[in-house]
Amino acid sequence: NCLIIRSVGCIQTNYFNEVLSGVVVITSKDPTQHQGISLTMEGTVNLQLSAKSVGVFEAFYNSVKPIQIINSNIEVLKPGKLPSGKTEIPFEFPLHVKGNKVLYETYHGVFVNIQYMLRCDMRRSLLAKDLTKNCEFIVHSLPQKGKLSSSPVNFTVTPDSLQNIRERGSLPKFLIRGRLNSTNCFITHPLTGELVVESSEVPVKSIELQLVRVETCGCAEGYARDATEIQNIQIAEGDICRGLPIPIYMVFPRLFTCPTLETTNFKVELLVQLGIGVESENLQGENYCRKDVRS
Amino acid sequence: MVWETQRDSCKIHNHRKTIYSKATSPGSAVSEKVRNRLEELDDLEEGSQKELLNLTQQDYMNRIEELNQSLKDAWASDQKVKALKIVIQCSKLLSDTSVIQFYPSKFVLITDILDTFGKLVYERIWSMCTDNYHSSLPENFMPENVSDTAKETCLNWFFKIASIRELIPRLYVETALLKCNKFISKTGVSESIPRLTATIRGIGDPLVSVYARAYLCRVGMEVAPHLKESLNKNFFDFLLTFKQIHGDTVQNQLVVQRVEMPVYLTLYSPAIDWILQCIAYRAPEALLTEMMERCKKLGNNALLLNSVMCAFRAEFIAARSMDLITMIKECDEAGFPKHLLFRSLGLNLALADPPENDRLQILNEAWKVITKLKNPQDYISCAEVWVEYTCRHFTRREVNTVLADVIKHMTPDRAFEDAYPQLQSVIAKILAHFHDFAVLFSMVKFLPFLDMFQKESVRVEVCKSTMEVFIKHQQELTRDPVILNALLHICKTMHDSVNALTLEDEKRTLSILINGFIRMVSFGRDFEQQLSFYVEARSIFCNLEPVLVHLIHSVNQLAMETRKVMKGNHSRKTAAFVRACAAYCFITIPSLTSIFTRLNLYLHSGQVALANQCLSQADAFFRAAVSLVPEVPKGITVDGKTRPSEGFLFEFLSNFFSTLLVVPDHPEQGVLYLVRGLLNVIQDYTWEDNSDTKVRIYANVLHLLAAISQESYLYHVGKVDSNDNLYGGDPKFLAEINKLCETLILQILDHLKTLGRDETLKRQSALALFLFNSILAHGDLRNNKLNQLAVNLWNLAQKHGFADTKTMVRTLEYIKLQSKDPELRHFSELASRLPLQSRT
Repeated sequence: NCLIIRSVGCIQTNYFNEVLSGVVVITSKDPTQHQGISLTMEGTVNLQLSAKSVGVFEAFYNSVKPIQIINSNIEVLKPGKLPSGKTEIPFEFPLHVKGNKVLYETYHGVFVNIQYMLRCDMRRSLLAKDLTKNCEFIVHSLPQKGKLSSSPVNFTVTPDSLQNIRERGSLPKFLIRGRLNSTNCFITHPLTGELVVESSEVPVKSIELQLVRVETCGCAEGYARDATEIQNIQIAEGDICRGLPIPIYMVFPRLFTCPTLETTNFKVELLVQLGIGVESENLQGENYCRKDVRS
Repeated sequence: MVWETQRDSCKIHNHRKTIYSKATSPGSAVSEKVRNRLEELDDLEEGSQKELLNLTQQDYMNRIEELNQSLKDAWASDQKVKALKIVIQCSKLLSDTSVIQFYPSKFVLITDILDTFGKLVYERIWSMCTDNYHSSLPENFMPENVSDTAKETCLNWFFKIASIRELIPRLYVETALLKCNKFISKTGVSESIPRLTATIRGIGDPLVSVYARAYLCRVGMEVAPHLKESLNKNFFDFLLTFKQIHGDTVQNQLVVQRVEMPVYLTLYSPAIDWILQCIAYRAPEALLTEMMERCKKLGNNALLLNSVMCAFRAEFIAARSMDLITMIKECDEAGFPKHLLFRSLGLNLALADPPENDRLQILNEAWKVITKLKNPQDYISCAEVWVEYTCRHFTRREVNTVLADVIKHMTPDRAFEDAYPQLQSVIAKILAHFHDFAVLFSMVKFLPFLDMFQKESVRVEVCKSTMEVFIKHQQELTRDPVILNALLHICKTMHDSVNALTLEDEKRTLSILINGFIRMVSFGRDFEQQLSFYVEARSIFCNLEPVLVHLIHSVNQLAMETRKVMKGNHSRKTAAFVRACAAYCFITIPSLTSIFTRLNLYLHSGQVALANQCLSQADAFFRAAVSLVPEVPKGITVDGKTRPSEGFLFEFLSNFFSTLLVVPDHPEQGVLYLVRGLLNVIQDYTWEDNSDTKVRIYANVLHLLAAISQESYLYHVGKVDSNDNLYGGDPKFLAEINKLCETLILQILDHLKTLGRDETLKRQSALALFLFNSILAHGDLRNNKLNQLAVNLWNLAQKHGFADTKTMVRTLEYIKLQSKDPELRHFSELASRLPLQSRT
């Protein structure tokens, strides 16, 4: 006997009261007796701490447990008998969020995972084992129209503006100006802007854009913050012409990014870092701009 | 296809997912990481870049070709990820300028691979559309016609490319796939090109960046030729970054690689030429003017100027020649090589004409600079081009000056040795414009110029091309001493190149050219001058037999011409002259090797001598011919194949005998001594075993003897008494002839007897009939003996059934017809004695 659920498409939802629809397919050679078929929908946020954070927050670690966003159950079929062959049972399943929780978009990160599962159970008589089938479904927000205000930001990078350098004195002098057309971007649209190397004592070797995802897990007692590089794009190679604007352009990779999330328990943000390599040494400058990404 | 899922796509380029926290990691760790990233090349399985560093150019090219092949293989075996990796790997090589002179070649090799890749991807997506629609997409399809799967696949490609970390591979691969934008949206291409144009600004190395622009322009022209804006933008961006060339980074690199600035700058030319050519294609005049102005603003930069001249329409350039010359002159000496600039200008002027009034000034100004070029190679590459312009618009005086200048530059240190192709092209250009050889040779420097071709093969080539032009364009016969001297000199050069190793074909070509020249020489009525020219020619061209043959014919013709002028009555002076002609031939003929040529020329010259009443000379020719016959070999070579010579000999001898009819007997020799002499030779000659040629010749001699015995001969030579007049039908003479005939007939009959064997009966029959016919035509059948002989031959012909009945019937009918003639009444009696054998 075989049990298949085929949910129709993924759910595109903006707010509540959306419906997950699909079809349960059962195939069997012989007529089957059963004690009822039910569907269970479950949505959880799983938080995990990186090894680095474990030492500091060991006590806290234990307290991190999956947060359930949604959990509901419906019965599709009353106990009875199924004919032999293929049986298709269409269903519609309303999404009812638990309490005052928000229905987040599906997201698979390193430390934060938001996953929605649909489980189908077929209970059977005592002699036969129950049949279960799991299936993930994706929650996808519809693009919000016209809600995003573009917020251009200008930035300047000099040796002094760097934060993570120890020996500031040994740095060669340089001045880089740039602009991001918006710090709030649609995830489907590229990040754009431009950058000018106004001056640099030593030849530039490379300029790179790094897309970093920062996941924060925490609660009242403290928090853990972990950054993951998602993508690294070189925008300048070699000693580029001074004073000539070069474009900043990055397409967001499809699966490893998600819209910015901010909740009491966890946070997912995207950052763009600028890496500048010059000839004599390696990476010299680093600049970051926080960036909100809206779906 | 698994690889097209998004997860995989990200694996390719994000396989090193290092984790670090900005808040907690110290700066050095970050630096370390990025340094590694900068230095470490993506570890692709197929051939890493480092492997390519220590290869020779050929190895390098082979390696790239291998990559190209493995790309195709990977694609064919559905390994799309591997294919993309190979392409990325290849385009990465374009960021490496470690052997800078090789960069343009490398660019060509690698963009070739990129083109292949772009084509493969495009065709694949295209085929995805066709599958779904059961009919192929129209050529100008709209994105709406494209199926969703095809679109999705295409988008996946672009996402994948967008995540390529390094700038240069990302840029090149995206450019290679530019055409695929058409599947996704109407405006895709027109949005991508400006973006890519801007992205190129991120490339620091000016050489790498200009080639990237060239590639973008090239693909852009192919995919969307109407998008002109980006082409201009590319060029302007290039101008903006132009100062980079003089920056420290580039200069240091040149020092390390020991590359001179002028050499380095020429590496830019192909790319800039291409960009400008794209811009100039069907561009309005105003745009071109604007471009030129922009170049001017960059301090008359020579590199740009050169590219402008290469790319823009020749008419456009030609109209501004004077401005350009001024600009070229103002260029920096240390930069782009100036001679290349003048060369480019010259190339334009060879195609289009500058304004009438400027022409001389242009030449003067340009030549002033060209003549100062020190390096002979630089000099000649310019001069070669400018000769065309000079020839087009000026007279021989200016061309002569130019030639003089070239000689002056190319002679020291034998510089011409390295410039033969250019010098040859100079000659070719002059010959293309000056067809009048009187004008050509009145250029004092033309022959000295030819003297610079000291390598024999080149020299002969030049002479040949000169002669070809002469033969093609010279309409009238000439006696101009300048032309004659010069051409004799040229022909002598060609002739002197002949040696033991010269191929037959080459000899033939040279001979045809020299003969062509000899044919065009005429001194009109001054025959003696003409003869002395032939004498000179003979001494000069003694190694080329076809030329000697031609000369002999020419001299014979000259003798006949003289006869015509004198209307057959030679004066003492003309008689001496024609004897001189005969003497010329007589001493020239033995130097030829081909025996039949000699025989025919002896005969021919003898005939000419006879016609000019030079009896003793004619006699000498004929005797020489007779004594030459025994030397005729059994086989001769015709067109590289050995053929039996008998046919030729038979033909010649028949011809000879018919001439001998009119040759009078030598007063001191016996009757018909030439005929007898020739017969002796024929008798002694070793004939082929199985042939009847000898007997057939005897039969022909019988015809001759019959003719000789006539009271008045069938033909005569004017003013020469033949034997009919000399002997006047003397019985002794006739008796001699009869004796000769009898001997011959006996010989023939002997031969017929030897043909009695089974396998030769057919020949016997044919020969018997032949002899019968001869007797019928030439013999006096009232003579009983002869009559009987004829009947016997008739019977012999039919005896073994090999005779053709039809022929026999027709022959008999002919005899009967003839018998109606009162003089031939005896034929009817003969006919009655000739039975017809029926086959049945």
